[in-house]
Amino acid sequence: MFRLHRVRGNCMAPSRPRVSLFITCLGDQFFPEVGEAAVKVLRRLGAEVTFNPAQTCCGQPAFNTGYRDEARAVARRVLDIYDDAEYIVAPSGSCTTMIRVFYPELFSGEPVLEERAKKLGGRLFEFSEFLVKVMKVTDVEASFPHRVTYHDSCHLLRELKIESEPRALLHAVRGLDMVEMQDFKLCCGFGGTFAVKFPEVSVAMGEDKLQAAIESGAEYLVANDSGCLMHLAGLIHRRNLPVRTIHLAELLAAQE
Amino acid sequence: MSSHGIESGKIHEASASVLRDAHLQGAYKSSTLRLYTERLHAIEGVPGFERLRQRGRALKREVIEHLDEYASQFADSVERNGGRVHWALNAEEVCSFVLKIAQDAGATEVVKAKTMVSEEVGLNHYLESAGIRGIESDLGELIVQLADERPAHIVAPAIHKTRQDVSNLFVNHLKCERTEEPERLTAIARRALRECFARARVGLSGANFAVADTGAIVLVENEGNIRFSTTAPRIHIALVGLEKIIPRFEDLAVFLRLLPRSGTGQKLTAYTSILTGPRRHGEDGPEAMHVVLVDNGRVGMLADEKMREALYCIRCGACLNACPVYRKIGGHAYGWVYSGPIGALVTPSMVGLGAARELPFASSLCGACREVCPVQINIPDLLLHLRAKSQELPPARKPPGAPVSERGSMRFWAFVMLRPWLYRFASGLARLGQRLYARNQWIQKLPVYPASQWTAGRDFPALAKMTFRKRWKHL
Repeated sequence: MFRLHRVRGNCMAPSRPRVSLFITCLGDQFFPEVGEAAVKVLRRLGAEVTFNPAQTCCGQPAFNTGYRDEARAVARRVLDIYDDAEYIVAPSGSCTTMIRVFYPELFSGEPVLEERAKKLGGRLFEFSEFLVKVMKVTDVEASFPHRVTYHDSCHLLRELKIESEPRALLHAVRGLDMVEMQDFKLCCGFGGTFAVKFPEVSVAMGEDKLQAAIESGAEYLVANDSGCLMHLAGLIHRRNLPVRTIHLAELLAAQE
Repeated sequence: MSSHGIESGKIHEASASVLRDAHLQGAYKSSTLRLYTERLHAIEGVPGFERLRQRGRALKREVIEHLDEYASQFADSVERNGGRVHWALNAEEVCSFVLKIAQDAGATEVVKAKTMVSEEVGLNHYLESAGIRGIESDLGELIVQLADERPAHIVAPAIHKTRQDVSNLFVNHLKCERTEEPERLTAIARRALRECFARARVGLSGANFAVADTGAIVLVENEGNIRFSTTAPRIHIALVGLEKIIPRFEDLAVFLRLLPRSGTGQKLTAYTSILTGPRRHGEDGPEAMHVVLVDNGRVGMLADEKMREALYCIRCGACLNACPVYRKIGGHAYGWVYSGPIGALVTPSMVGLGAARELPFASSLCGACREVCPVQINIPDLLLHLRAKSQELPPARKPPGAPVSERGSMRFWAFVMLRPWLYRFASGLARLGQRLYARNQWIQKLPVYPASQWTAGRDFPALAKMTFRKRWKHL
């Protein structure tokens, strides 16, 4: 049952939004279940979800590594693909940041493209942001009776300023015991290119994050970004550590 | 650890080595955490601290956008006060000015208050070759001097040394009794330095701020050694990076509230000195005050519209304390004088991007630095800018085990990403290929760079059996 929440009287959530899913390259290739979960939750709330198969990547790997021409070419195509989408939702703070924050910078000096990038940034939302700020929902009728700790991904937290929305969604999950770990805002060490350019440092930072998660007593570490989760899950698996990772979308889709 | 030369190119080996050193890990972790936490406490008591940061940024922007005017005004003010100004283009010029002044004064030693600019230009080494001793009066600088190391932090040079380390150094070099109590260690250093202050003819300092309208040099400290070094000797030399200039005396109200809180978590340091020229008739203090205005790459930063922002830095060190990478690898791994986030920005500008091209990549771009910067420098953005600039240089050596250059890989990646049909084809091909490496949906070893870097320390998830786009049909 989709519930309508009214905020400040005149700010109504759309009753049946058309959402174009931005799956992200990591989601498409490694974590399709995250995409499936996001679709499930969105549909549960009454959204109509579409998927444009022309999508591939937002261009961040090239941008992060300093190859702006390559990033620009890929970004240019993203502008075309989503020209007529009303809402675009990505289960990733990182990709949302790339498009909303860095596309205008990539296209600065090209006013038409810069304008299109800004407009796209206004229609693109990170998954938890979309649920809470656009659909005005915090209770998605999820049920996940486990102890969970939330990791604030850096782009999500510091570029997009999204930190209360994921927590609001988690607090509404039935049976969920949410604990904050020590240094929950500390970078996990993924950092995109950083993970392969400075792997030992990346791993050392990941170890610290996982130690904090384990010490919090949580069974699951939840985050909104597959990059962070991939890095941490890889470390968990290599060292056989007593904690599991889960994407927020998967947790919210759960009805255990 | 060599105290000379540029070793930023060795950051990979250096950081790996620091990670394996439990002693250093412990020292860095506790010190940075302490400074980070103390900053938080210090700003809690200031409602409107955010506005203060904005104001600080606006003031720095004002100066940097008109640096030529303000530098000129500052120089005029210093000379009006009876001081002398020297404009130094590079390290060589700074060193030769200082040497000349010392030699003209017949000095065999120069007592130094802490100044990172003197490290930048390699002053001690230069003076030593001319037979003049540079005596470090700052306890932290003294410690690293005894250890023949560079400072490991912008504000706390010996942040990586435990009490035990310091005790050992003092026993070995100062021939004193063994103690690990900070008060006793400080007293030992004080005893050793007291004589130097009394007999030195030349005192050398840096500057925290250089006030354009009054020509004042402003210095903050807790030990009192700066006060001594700048007032007891007959001659005071101040090395001032061009970016240290602030417009007006009253702007100190903003900067003196930002700097100590951000740097050491103090409302004010124990001593704040405002030096406006040499002594006037009937006063105490130095007969002569020389101000050396230092370029050494700063004007190059100014010329770059983006990098200009890095000149807002007031050298508080807060970004180092907040940086999860600095906390792990420490200051020496950065290979030169300035470390941490700000170090990664200014080092390439001062020593050339070619000699320090790895530094902008030694960051996960988490943004913790920007959060604590008192003048709100957008450090991650500037790091990304330097990364793009570094790819304009001739390509670096191909990493060992890499089949193609990085640029080649990126071009190929873009080629594929621009063509969904090719992307799908590559997806299928990769799924075939990974059968060689994947066990139970995990890969433990990938042979090719950069993937091999990943699997050295953690497992890599195998590609999902079906991509999302294939599963979409069934959703």
